[in-house]
Amino acid sequence: MTQRNDTPNPSSDPPLVIGGKRFESRLILGTGKYRDNETMVRALRASGTEMVTVAVRRVDLDRKGDEAILNHLDPDEFFLLANTAGCYTADEAIRYARLARAAGFNEWIKLEVIGDEATLLPDVQATLEAARVLADEDFKVMAYTNDDLITALRLEDAGCVSVMPLASPIGSGLGLINPYYIREIKSRLEVPVIVDAGVGTASDACRTMEQGVDGLLMNTAVAVADDPVGMAIAMKEATSAGRRAWLAGRMPMREVAVPSSPTRGMLD
Amino acid sequence: MSTTENATSEGAILVNGEARPLEEGMTLTGLLESLELDPATVVVERNREIVPRERYPDTPLSEGDRIELVHFVGGG
Repeated sequence: MTQRNDTPNPSSDPPLVIGGKRFESRLILGTGKYRDNETMVRALRASGTEMVTVAVRRVDLDRKGDEAILNHLDPDEFFLLANTAGCYTADEAIRYARLARAAGFNEWIKLEVIGDEATLLPDVQATLEAARVLADEDFKVMAYTNDDLITALRLEDAGCVSVMPLASPIGSGLGLINPYYIREIKSRLEVPVIVDAGVGTASDACRTMEQGVDGLLMNTAVAVADDPVGMAIAMKEATSAGRRAWLAGRMPMREVAVPSSPTRGMLD
Repeated sequence: MSTTENATSEGAILVNGEARPLEEGMTLTGLLESLELDPATVVVERNREIVPRERYPDTPLSEGDRIELVHFVGGG
């Protein structure tokens, strides 16, 4: 493996800045699938995250809206990033984004347009179309996409404040399938690259951050762990460890052993 | 199919896909009150147009209106 020559100075790691907003944490967490809201809030706090995703859904009129996430989550404590999850067309995603903005918190949107029900892989053409419309409407668009460089470049051109390629399919926990493509995207984009989806455990988070990306977005890996709070801590540490390893610059890989101790000075 | 998206009976509106009787002179604020929903946490779409929150009190409802009431829930 070759070393990147754009490795930043390891002694200083400036905070992550997305769309002009600073984040100390490089971990963004989802709020779905937790067994209860109290566990979710404890896990979010333990992870050190500053930005959490939420979904836009119809109020369940039989439940008087008690599934509202904001009954449990303080929007002053966590920056809300609404998503367009579940949308299959550009128009649908645009509609959800506008509804999310009308909630009155911010103009940020995690744009997600799904192209296939079985794999939940993104429809990149529809994503690009929606990204252009939303960026024109002054949304701060963080676009979920696949690990395709060309799409990532087009999304950046469309005005997205961050491009978010997947590590592997949503909810799969398969980890980072194509580190080469992720490195390629990171090396070519100016906007922050956040890897979104597919991280299953701490080593996946660490290995993904070791590719030099700016951050991670995950949900299921923390939410469905036996101990979500424990996993949140592990993910925090792994994200940080991966970042530090990237900044420090890893040793080259060699397919031969090289002794670490002096070969001279051995006894006769 | 009595409560589906395109089947409102006379004097009814569709709220989140379900037909509900329309009370005379009811506004959006009145609808939210009758559903015990906090206007501050709900976003309203009326016939595919988002209604700004400050307009809820003076937005009258008309027969056949399609109202969507959405909010934030947990998600990734």
